[in-house]
Amino acid sequence: MAWDLIANVVISGVLTGLVYGLMALGLSVIFGVVRVVNFAHGEMMTIAMYAAVVLFATLKLDPFLAIVPVALAFFAFGYAMQTALINPFITRPEHSQFMLLVAVAIIMVNGLLLAFGPNAMNVQTEYQLESFALGPLLFDKGRVYAAGAALAASGALFAFFRFTLTGKAIRACADNYLGAKVVGLNVKHLYALTFGVGSVCVAVAGCAMAILLEVTPQLGPGYTLLAFVIVIVGGLGSMGGALLGGVLIGVSEALAGLFIAPSAKSMFSFGLLILVLLFRPQGLLGRKS
Amino acid sequence: MLLAVLGVLLAALPAFAGNYLLSVATLILYLAFAGQAWNVMMGFAGQLSLGHSLYVGVAAYVAGGLFFHYGIGPWAGLWLAMLVCMLMGAAIGFLAFRFGISGVYFALLTIAFAEFTRIGFDHLGWTGGPGGMFLKVAQRDQIDLLNFRGPPAMYYYAMLVLAAGAFALCAWLLRSRAGYYWQAIRENEEAAQALGINTFRWKMIAMMISSAMTAVAGVFFAFYYNNLFPEQIFHISRSIEIILGPIIGGVGTLFGPILGAAVLTVLGDSITELLAAFGWEIPGIKQVFYGVVLLAVIMFLPHGIWPALARRLGISK
Repeated sequence: MAWDLIANVVISGVLTGLVYGLMALGLSVIFGVVRVVNFAHGEMMTIAMYAAVVLFATLKLDPFLAIVPVALAFFAFGYAMQTALINPFITRPEHSQFMLLVAVAIIMVNGLLLAFGPNAMNVQTEYQLESFALGPLLFDKGRVYAAGAALAASGALFAFFRFTLTGKAIRACADNYLGAKVVGLNVKHLYALTFGVGSVCVAVAGCAMAILLEVTPQLGPGYTLLAFVIVIVGGLGSMGGALLGGVLIGVSEALAGLFIAPSAKSMFSFGLLILVLLFRPQGLLGRKS
Repeated sequence: MLLAVLGVLLAALPAFAGNYLLSVATLILYLAFAGQAWNVMMGFAGQLSLGHSLYVGVAAYVAGGLFFHYGIGPWAGLWLAMLVCMLMGAAIGFLAFRFGISGVYFALLTIAFAEFTRIGFDHLGWTGGPGGMFLKVAQRDQIDLLNFRGPPAMYYYAMLVLAAGAFALCAWLLRSRAGYYWQAIRENEEAAQALGINTFRWKMIAMMISSAMTAVAGVFFAFYYNNLFPEQIFHISRSIEIILGPIIGGVGTLFGPILGAAVLTVLGDSITELLAAFGWEIPGIKQVFYGVVLLAVIMFLPHGIWPALARRLGISK
């Protein structure tokens, strides 16, 4: 097989993988702090994709500009969801939390089905069909922009947790729940902020994803699983790990699609997940707890 | 007393129920049975599996495949299916427990194995791949026990016996030495270990019993529905369908999985009927209602319906 074909497939896998990584980053942040697995993560991203599609269809708003309103709406939505639904479940057993979010996911998938019907919808811009060429290498413009948005959002998130007081307070909650309470942090509020921030990651990833593929209501559960795989492979709580995991999964999907069959692509992701769970449960870049 | 009345009612059901009611009752019993199997692992031993569709699917394909390719009846296939699933459960349990994986990580590992297998079966020629495998539906009027072929009432009785058997088994297990060990592990694994319980061994046993029981449900599934698609049988929604009953009914209780299966199935069907009566047959609306009810139950009855009901009725759970 021609090497330039393989190289192009790898490039597209890396670029898509960065968007995956941003989505998974949202899950990682939420689980790392709130300690609740968001089983409605992919469903939330599907909602963001629909938001981008609708804004494009009605206002002719480019999905990359739609990021701003969608991210703001998702922040409010995430904050409200944590306050109303998840905070009361913090101390409940895992299966109870799982049930709660599965119910939320069922409502989301079928709410979208109700609102938009089962047919695929998409965004059509001029740059989706264009690409940058570097010798024999081709970079799809849509994918490059999407990856750029994902990197920018990840960078902003990193800076938020690293340099702002609120970010530090959230990290303190994640490190030591009791200690955070003792020093007087409003943990419930910080949890809600965290869920809001995680939702913003989902919103940006969803808007970027709307450029890359068609959206149907049924996409949700698959992306929820994908986000888990990425987060576990990269290392829970490690922000660089989520991006690395996203790129690894993106490339492995792309290569499996090329060499074996597109339908077999997620088998490799799950195989990788099993191996990582068994031999390096803290993930590739995770810390040992 | 109440149990005896219920037993007589259930035994006499096919005499007066139509085929629709009978199929609903069979589905309830199937879910009650599978839910009890899952409950052994989660409710008794505290290991959260979200991938029980793996055992349903593998067992269905083992027994179904033997019947489809070689005409070997389900009675032989059943044992092989149970053995295969028990070994798979043991293998997953061994890997997970040896490497100290628990909680959410264990749950995700079980999903990963189920999904991995689903995609694997999509590419397996012997089972027909994504196109599915179809068992011959020979006849519906005569009872052919040897090949497990017959009228709906036969399937109903088979499932009734299985569900009752599972109930007896669970009741016995819960009061046996194993049951007490499991509950100790569920409540506090480190404390259980400190008391000298070999937690690895008892978790393995819970996993093997649960997977073998689920295999029986899978074989039933194959011969009741007669068509098998990897996309459906291994899908995570099949695992969730098994899990919902016990969680809604009451995790770790004996009656919970049965009550939960009945409540959810009746709820699902009555929502369908109600929406049809109003003429609101828009795709998705049924599931939205269903999701809202699930949300309400899990928010307001954190331990499930059965413990709350038992307290109200003054019976011990």
